[in-house]
Amino acid sequence: MELKTLQTRHVPVRYYEGGSGPPLVFLHGAGGVTGEDPLLVELAKSHHVYAPLIPGYGDSEECGEIRDMLDFTLHTWDVVAGLGLTDPILVGHSMGGMIAAEMAAVQPNDVSRLALICPAGLWNDDHPIADLFATMPYEMPALLFHDAAAGAAMLTAGRNVEDPGFLQAYLVTNARQLGMAGRILFPVPERGLSQRLHRIRARTVLIWGDSDRLIPPVYAHAFKKGVAGSELVSIPEAGHMVTLEKPAVVAEAIRRLG
Amino acid sequence: MKFTWFNLMPWPYLPDDFREKNRSVWVDIDQKLFDPDKSHEVYNTYMDLLEYADTLGFDGVGVNEHHQNGYGIMPSPNIIAAGLARRTKDAAIVVLGNSIALYNPPIRVAEEFAMLDCISGGRLVAGFPVGTSMDTNYCYGQIPSLTREKYQEAHDLIIKSWTTREPFAWNGRYNKLRHVNIWPRPIQQAHPPVHIPGGGSVETYDFCIDNTYSYSYLSFSGYLRAQALMNGYWQRVEERGVDKSPYRAGFAQTILVAETDEEAERLYSKHVSYFYNRCLHVHPGFADAPGYRTIKTIQTGALSQYAPPTGGYTQLTWKELTEQGHVIAGSPETVRQRMEDLIKGLNVGNIFCLMHVGDMPADKCMYSTKLFAEKVMPKLRNMFPDWEDDNRFWTKPLAKRVTSGRLPAQAPTSADLARTYGVEA
Repeated sequence: MELKTLQTRHVPVRYYEGGSGPPLVFLHGAGGVTGEDPLLVELAKSHHVYAPLIPGYGDSEECGEIRDMLDFTLHTWDVVAGLGLTDPILVGHSMGGMIAAEMAAVQPNDVSRLALICPAGLWNDDHPIADLFATMPYEMPALLFHDAAAGAAMLTAGRNVEDPGFLQAYLVTNARQLGMAGRILFPVPERGLSQRLHRIRARTVLIWGDSDRLIPPVYAHAFKKGVAGSELVSIPEAGHMVTLEKPAVVAEAIRRLG
Repeated sequence: MKFTWFNLMPWPYLPDDFREKNRSVWVDIDQKLFDPDKSHEVYNTYMDLLEYADTLGFDGVGVNEHHQNGYGIMPSPNIIAAGLARRTKDAAIVVLGNSIALYNPPIRVAEEFAMLDCISGGRLVAGFPVGTSMDTNYCYGQIPSLTREKYQEAHDLIIKSWTTREPFAWNGRYNKLRHVNIWPRPIQQAHPPVHIPGGGSVETYDFCIDNTYSYSYLSFSGYLRAQALMNGYWQRVEERGVDKSPYRAGFAQTILVAETDEEAERLYSKHVSYFYNRCLHVHPGFADAPGYRTIKTIQTGALSQYAPPTGGYTQLTWKELTEQGHVIAGSPETVRQRMEDLIKGLNVGNIFCLMHVGDMPADKCMYSTKLFAEKVMPKLRNMFPDWEDDNRFWTKPLAKRVTSGRLPAQAPTSADLARTYGVEA
């Protein structure tokens, strides 16, 4: 995947691009995405993949003008237009799934194929979603992965977490990324999507890890109920980071859309 | 010098194994640990102590705002301040402060502060903190990376509402009001002095300098550790080319006085340990919501003061806490010397004296407070003779003020009223 820059009205947007085939836009979750992401690599085998970063993610600037759900939704539509794409396959993971669902609800005639991978955006009092913003780094693997030990290894990826320089960089990155994510996820990751889900017309596939402890599978059923005709693909032995744990299976589910 | 007697109002009944059995004193503290019946006496004792400080000649009595917090049972400082406005005579009522991003609409703060200023006869010091991340984000649900923008708008609206003499419309991002016209308005003109509690945000330095507000560093780790931060502030003051009046700054310090150093340790070490071991036990996941502090501030390396020091507070003994300056404690002479070091070293004219600590009972607190007021405070009065007349950062009360309890002992009779008002219809 190649890292490129797109000028938008607000700030330059960084995006990964690679592969060939039908165009596909991937919207990342609150943890961000890299060019080595196994799901992107997998999807690039069959699709022309574009993965724009939310401003503030990776090495990109934050954007003060993107404050609420509508801002995120329209900004991402601006990015799709800026990339010169019409009706790409729209895929979103977690926070990205929330944005993708909003995009499809706000402009239902512009999205015909939608894949939502354990998206945020709904709330059920009986099944509260854990507070990601009060979770310590060492608690993350158990929350995000089916296999916490393997997940921890993936998250740290051989970096020395005791190194003060690493810690400082981590704090800055975290503040930048989750600071932006917090605008639609803090303190409760719900911004009224349930009132708009019915507007989605796209053929929709919902993809969920059976062991998702962050957004438990009960939410998959709520999305299935909310989006007419949607199809649910449950993936065993995978948590919220199903994109890292089962990239091939996730890609295969997305390919059902064409 | 301005000495303000401050009480954080800790809950004094946290169990011995609090730290082992609970993950946080703040935000998700166990409901069962609060006993409303016991709180009746706790609140009234704490308010009595604040009133006592007024009788000893402290320049101010101070209150602050925390939510869902075991060491600060004061979610609404204005309620305590209202009691103090009635029951104290001369001390400034230092509300440090109201977290203005949390009030909807923030003119509520403009109104309540105006009421406090009117009731107290112009004795209010108005504090406008952004609020800690625990309070503002985790308890009150403000979006971390938008908190400062919302705070700024709230500040601008409050000041405009205090200083504008006709109704105006406010079309803000966070507040839309068609008829802003606060009534009552404060006695002090153009508005009560403003103090801004800060924790090292560089943006806050400029905000204080631009508006002639006093910058207050409310730390629990003492003056030695505060030096770097305060140096940064004074350096900024110099860069901006304004005067270096010590009243541009305030500092909170835990202070405990006894006849001798040994007596201080014997009387107070238990309560200091209660505060540093139990009260400051905050889950690190609540210390600093991502986006709450600006990137610029994080890059300066100023970590949240709620991030525990390496090794944690539990390992700090009385000796370490006093030697490292977290706590200034000892005989009047010891305390005087160390206070002089603090005042000169940090160049601060406003001292927020944390004289009630942890689960300290009222008698010990009175003892320490009285010794400080009588044997230490007078010797520290004249630290900054060049700035004696600088009244930009303190209250300007009415010369003639009334106090509570002025009604006659008996209600008047019909004949009394006839004499006073006549008998004509």
